[in-house]
Amino acid sequence: MNVVALFKLVPDLVEELEIDQSGTALNTDFLRLIINELDDHAIEQAILLKERSGARMTVIGSDAEGADDVLYTAVAKGADQLIKLMGDPNAVINNHAMARATAIVLKELQPDLILTGVQAHNDLDGSIGPLVAEYLGMPYVGYVSGVNVQNGRIVVRKEYPGGLIAEMEVDLPAVVGIQSAEQPPRYVTVNKVRQAMKTAAIEERPLPALDVSGGAAIRRMFKPESATRAKMIEGSTEEVTARLLDIFKEIGAL
Amino acid sequence: MMNQDIYVVIEHLRGKTADISYLMLAGARALAQATGGEVIAVLLGHNAQSLANNMAADKVLYVEHPALAEFTSDAYQRTLAGLIAGKEPRAVLFASSSIGTDAASVLSARLKLPLISSCQSFSADGRPICQICGGKIMAESDLPDTTTLLTMTPGGYKPEEGQSGKAPDVIKVEAPSLDNLRVTLKQYIEPEAGDVDISKEPIIVSVGRGIQNQDNIEIAEELARALGGVVAASRPVVDQGWMSTSRLVGKSGKKVKPKIYLALGISGAPEHVEGMGESEVIIAINTDTNAPIFNVAKYGTTVDLFDLVPALTEKLREVKKV
Ligand SMILES: Cc1cc2nc3c(=O)[nH]c(=O)nc-3n(C[C@H](O)[C@H](O)[C@H](O)COP(=O)(O)OP(=O)(O)OC[C@H]3O[C@@H](n4cnc5c(N)ncnc54)[C@H](O)[C@@H]3O)c2cc1C
Ligand SMILES: Nc1ncnc2c1ncn2[C@@H]1O[C@H](COP(=O)(O)O)[C@@H](O)[C@H]1O
Repeated sequence: MNVVALFKLVPDLVEELEIDQSGTALNTDFLRLIINELDDHAIEQAILLKERSGARMTVIGSDAEGADDVLYTAVAKGADQLIKLMGDPNAVINNHAMARATAIVLKELQPDLILTGVQAHNDLDGSIGPLVAEYLGMPYVGYVSGVNVQNGRIVVRKEYPGGLIAEMEVDLPAVVGIQSAEQPPRYVTVNKVRQAMKTAAIEERPLPALDVSGGAAIRRMFKPESATRAKMIEGSTEEVTARLLDIFKEIGAL
Repeated sequence: MMNQDIYVVIEHLRGKTADISYLMLAGARALAQATGGEVIAVLLGHNAQSLANNMAADKVLYVEHPALAEFTSDAYQRTLAGLIAGKEPRAVLFASSSIGTDAASVLSARLKLPLISSCQSFSADGRPICQICGGKIMAESDLPDTTTLLTMTPGGYKPEEGQSGKAPDVIKVEAPSLDNLRVTLKQYIEPEAGDVDISKEPIIVSVGRGIQNQDNIEIAEELARALGGVVAASRPVVDQGWMSTSRLVGKSGKKVKPKIYLALGISGAPEHVEGMGESEVIIAINTDTNAPIFNVAKYGTTVDLFDLVPALTEKLREVKKV
């Protein structure tokens, strides 16, 4: 079985985000990128499938700062093939364009199963997973937290609110949007990643031409202006503690 | 030809209409006021017509088929593709949820229609306003001039605004052939019972990734005990296995409405706020002044939780002894 996991680098939300001069995009000058957390889970799920059913595992991401790290870390965890999509850094990209281009690359790999993160937080025109599924003519199920291969099909655990799970049976080939892996993403030591860098090769493939139709255009970005912004309690730990105690009393919790 | 109507794809699970459906009807009304069309609910189901009874819609399009009894992506997509392409509404609203997002992106690709996701509200002239980057950034778009698909997140409208207390007209629409489906529902697996039900607790001390590791959860538990409450958590804490899924608050977890919700090291991502935003008093402890949690909290402080929590626990113990 061929399993492909996709990943994307997204702005680290711990850092402060600035809006650029155009007012329609983030200022990328100081932007720190990290792997979309859900892709870490998708990679973990792919490795679990490989361990359980001997799949061949490919990891694909677009060229960006940090992409090599993600790829080498994946190979240290057990991935077999690493692909980096090389595009024009100044090209206009939206998810529809990206999905159409990625689908062309994916088709050549003849995957049985494609795993993506169910969503990334920094875009507005849908998710690559279901878009790719449609362009490849495959079924898609998202919000998944567990995948098992059974008799040439997969059984996925789809999450609903409140902890309810729907077990769904899906024909292969298929695309699955991962919410979380069956276990927390494993950790590999820096040493193991260094080792991987020496032996593993990243295949650089050109990103096919981009057709941006169908994507949404942002007109204006702004920081949320909340009318109900919290009353901030300033001061030392002791002062804040005392004030919180007063608040608990006011609410009637003490 | 495209018309000005706004369609709302109704979400229901195991015989119950989801709150987000009513919330979307309220959003659709706001958008319809800008475009000048009607609000039309689209209900897919099996013996599910009665779900339409309370919907604040001008009419309901109802598609009946045994394969639509419960949600599966394949059956929904096939049914909706025909319906949308045939009617060409101004916009189609889906929930930004386990059901709506599975359908919306696929349909956008299949029908070659633009998609705008995570829309929270509409401006007076009908522009979608969306929440991205974990709630740290808002993005406003134009409504493209063809039928547009949107996924809606909570926050802009209230479910009560989408309820009418009366039954709108229901128009039955023929289902397409739903043979050879590639996705089928095998079974539902119930959440584990036995733990406390956090949705019934009046005092919740909730921990986020700021707690750093499993051992540190102890300080939150001590604070909860001192306050007479229980602990809960955000998704990363549960995904790491540091706390049981039954304690998860948010979109994929429980909705809670306690008297006090104390958020420790939680950023306030939209998916978390979806589960706790209606708590009576939210108190947020977060070292990042810009954390979105401060936009929903009543009180906030940027004191480090590792300093504040033990101090607060100790003070509470002192006070309670007297
Ligand atoms: C489909 C989907 C469904 C989801 N469902 C849920 C859900 O049900 N529930 C949920 O919670 N999330 C859910 N999420 C995840 C959500 O998007 C966020 O990733 C998550 O809520 C972030 O959790 P957090 O706030 O604990 O972590 P982070 O966003 O990493 O925030 C940690 C915070 O801790 C603060 N901090 C760090 N150190 C300290 C310190 N010493 N003292 C004080 N503050 C400190 C930081 O400033 C930061 O703001 C879902 C995501 C998706 C895509
Ligand atoms: N440029 C990209 N390269 C590879 N995978 C991507 C890319 N963009 C999105 N993805 C995948 O699609 C998921 C959802 O992201 P998004 O479509 O941006 O919401 C990500 O978590 C990745 O798994």
